[in-house]
Formats: sequence, C-alpha cells, structure tokens
Amino acid sequence: MRPQLCRHARFAAPVAAPVAAPVAALAVAALALTGCSAATGSQAKAPTRHTVVVLAASSLTESLTAIAADFEASHPGTDVQLSFAASSTVVTQVNQGAPADLIALAGTSSMGPLEKGRIAKNGIRSMAANTLEIATPPGNPGTVNSLADLSRPTLKVVLCAATAPCGKAAVKTLTAADVVAHVVSYETDVRATLAKVRLGEADAAIVYHSDVVSARGRVHGVQIPASVNQRLDYPLVRLTNDPTTAELMTYVLSDQGRKRLRDYGFLMP
Amino acid sequence: MRALRWSRAGLLIPAWVAIAFLLVPLVALLLKADWTGMPAQLAKPSVVPALRLSLLTTSLALVICALLGTPLAWLLARSTHRVTPWLRALVTVPLVLPPVVGGVALLMAYGREGAVGRTLLEVAGWSIPFTPVAVVFAETFVALPFYVLAVEGSMRGLDPRYDGLAATLGASPWRTFRTVVVPMVAPGIASGSALAWARALGEFGATITFAGNFPGRTQTAPLAVYVALESDPQAAIALSLVMLLISVLVLGALRGRWLR
Repeated sequence: MRPQLCRHARFAAPVAAPVAAPVAALAVAALALTGCSAATGSQAKAPTRHTVVVLAASSLTESLTAIAADFEASHPGTDVQLSFAASSTVVTQVNQGAPADLIALAGTSSMGPLEKGRIAKNGIRSMAANTLEIATPPGNPGTVNSLADLSRPTLKVVLCAATAPCGKAAVKTLTAADVVAHVVSYETDVRATLAKVRLGEADAAIVYHSDVVSARGRVHGVQIPASVNQRLDYPLVRLTNDPTTAELMTYVLSDQGRKRLRDYGFLMP
Repeated sequence: MRALRWSRAGLLIPAWVAIAFLLVPLVALLLKADWTGMPAQLAKPSVVPALRLSLLTTSLALVICALLGTPLAWLLARSTHRVTPWLRALVTVPLVLPPVVGGVALLMAYGREGAVGRTLLEVAGWSIPFTPVAVVFAETFVALPFYVLAVEGSMRGLDPRYDGLAATLGASPWRTFRTVVVPMVAPGIASGSALAWARALGEFGATITFAGNFPGRTQTAPLAVYVALESDPQAAIALSLVMLLISVLVLGALRGRWLR
C-alpha cells in the first residue's frame, strides 16, 4: 500500500457535515476531471491511477516515450504523461508553475534558471549524455562532409535557437571550429530543427547524435570531430515527493531504462 | 421585483466575467512592463527588425489580399452557379484550419520537395522557404479568407439593381466592378482590410513552420516575442505592448463600424 493513493484524494476527506453535500459533489467532479477515483464506500472498486507528469527535452521524444511505455506495462495502474519541448521552455514552464513531477533536460546548464526551491531533496540524477552531429537529408544532396562545408553560401543550414541547449552547443562548436555557418533559420527546439532536414527544406542542421540515431535512416549523419564537439549531460530532476515519480525515476536509471536510451543513440553519463 | 433583480444578475454576472476574462491578461501585460526601461527594450537589436519585417510583410499580404480577394468576393457574391457555395466553403477552410497545419500544407506545396516548389527550384533555381516571400505567403494564406468573407458580405448587401443598371447602360463587368461596386462597398473593403491585416500581423504558426525563424529575414514580431520570452522576458513584454498598441489603433480606425 502506498501512503497516497491519489494525490488529490486528501481534499475530499475533512469536510464538515452541513456543507458536505455540495463540496463533496465538487470534489467528486474535480476528481473525475483529474482522472482519480474517489475511494468512498462501494465506489472503492474503481482502480486508482497513479499519474506522473514528465516534461522533457525534445531530443528525448522517442526514448522517453518508449521507457514510459515499458514502465506503464511493468507497473499496472500507472499513467505517465509526457510533454516535450526545448529544455529552456521546460524550465520556463516549471518556474511559472506548470504541474510537473519529473523533468529531463539537455545539458546541466539548462538547470541554471530553474528555481532551486522547486527541486525535491536529492532529486537530481544524471540519466544520459549526448554529443552534436550534423544531420543532412538522406543522400546528402548538399554534399556536406565537414563543419567547414556549412559556411558555403549555397547551403541552407538550420540551427536551434540560441535559447535552446542545442543552439548554445552548436554556437560553441562552430566558434571552436572557426566556422561561420550559412544559417537560414533558428528553430525553437532540436526536433523542429531536425524536421527541416527531414522534410528536405534544409541541407544541413546541427543536432544531437541521438536525433540522427532516433530518425532511423531518415536523415544522414556527418560526424563532428571530438576536438570541437560538445558533450551534454542530461539531468533528470524530481520536483515532487510522490512515490510513483520516484519509482519512475529509478526505472529510467535502471538497466532497462539505460538500454532504451543507448538504443536511441544516447551515451551513458 | 426581487425576481427581476435576480434575472438581471443572471445576465450581468456572466457578462462581467467575460469582460474580466478578456481584460485581465491585457492589464497584467501593462502592469508587468518595465516602463522606464521601455526605450532601451525597444532599441534592442531583435525588436526593430522584427517590427519592420512585420509591417513590410503584412502590408504586402494586404495588397495581395485586395488585388486577388476583391474580385473573388464579387464573383462569390453574385455568381448563381451551383459550385459557388462549394467554392465559398473551400475559401473558408484556411480560416478554421490551425495555422501550423496551414504551414505544413504550404511546405508540401511550395517547399523544395513540394508539388509546386520542386518545379520552381528546377526552373528558377530558387526556393521559397526561409525567405521573406515565405512570410508573405503564410500571412496571405491565413488573411485572405478573412478579407474575402468580409468583403463578400458587404457586396451581397449591395442592391443588384445598381450593377444591373450599370450593365444596361453598357458598362462591361470589369467597369461595373471598378466604378460602381468597389466604391459602394468601400466601408466593407476597409473593415475587411483591417481584419485581414490584423490576422496577418498576428500570424505565428504558419510562419514559423513554413518560413522558419531568422532575425531580420523571417522573424516577424510574434516570433520575436516567442523567442524573447525565454531569454529576455522584458523585451518580449515591450514588443507585446507595441503589438497591443497597434491592435488598439486598428480598432480605433474601425471605430465608425464597430464602436457605434
């Protein structure tokens, strides 16, 4: 038995008799909306769902979706709700009070603006790591073979916006390699950046190695030499003390979780 | 008496809730703004190019709307052909379509791999995405239906005897359209233009999907607000206020039609 069957259930309990009916009705309505069942009397048979809300970096789209599905399958009654965006967007959302139990970010520096008071005690773990790679459409129509090729004015290069970790890392790499890329667009997150290459609209984009692997042949990868490449650690940050969230966190860091991450091209921290 | 008061409250309370719901965010925007730092915020390198690009592209989009949309509105208003209602419904589709879907559709048509875009690349060696032309395309795509429906509405209200009379006096359809119809529905054209222009100015989803986001080239004011929100919230608020001011000015220009 877990101490909190449903995180909203506590609102229903301490209600004085005269006002009980309307308030209880509201509470039941609220519970129905949140997908929790009210465990009162004969209605107790309905199974309680433990919902964990995860906001994650967009580069984790396939891998974390797969891990969440594994977790739900091996932990009946749990429901992992996932939302993906640029890490900077995730942190902005959390700081503005978005309901989230767990967040997964690209790069430890993404945690910088995160309000420290929102992090649960001992709630930070490193889940994976990633490096940058150039992605081109299949067949590499722009014949991109190195970072230096990205400066060709006939090439359409797409980067992540400088607010997103992939954008910051790409700028560092280009600066280190002393290359001024012919950029036509700064996309909001790494997946929007990758999409422009997958659609064939851009000739090249700087994304993560895991994005190229996760695209499963729908883009072509061009290696970036280690001397100028960036390595990003992916922190997994727990925001609540909810036991199911802790279980999910442990699962992501387990051998099964790590295997999934490796399959989608992530490195281990 | 009591019952009457209650029944009035039943109307007044939701009405005031609606007004509060619409006004609270706008007031909050005003309260959160750093008014003393406003000139510095507006002088930031991301702000002026975004506003300039927005004004330029929306003006072009409006010109295209007027040149193509006015004749279309007239044909829709007067045609009795059985396909006309279908055409009208088709014109309305981009109006209800989520803008980002419009952006995807534009990519499928005019992108490098798109049905039309591929030919354009082969023939002219040039592609539309990531250029200011793509911004104009996206804005026109979402604004044209607003323009056509508004203008068609006022054209349908025009007494057919006017254009009928012009025709019996020997005026060609084009001359009737130019010298009779357009001057008589001028107020409708004005409000259709304002609606279409405001819609184009607010365009976000189709633009970021089809045109991308590059400062000075395809980053319009709404895109600049979105990007700045994460790195520089005060710049985002300042730019939002400029857009709010522009919206209020447009509304003021329409005062005669809507605020009577």
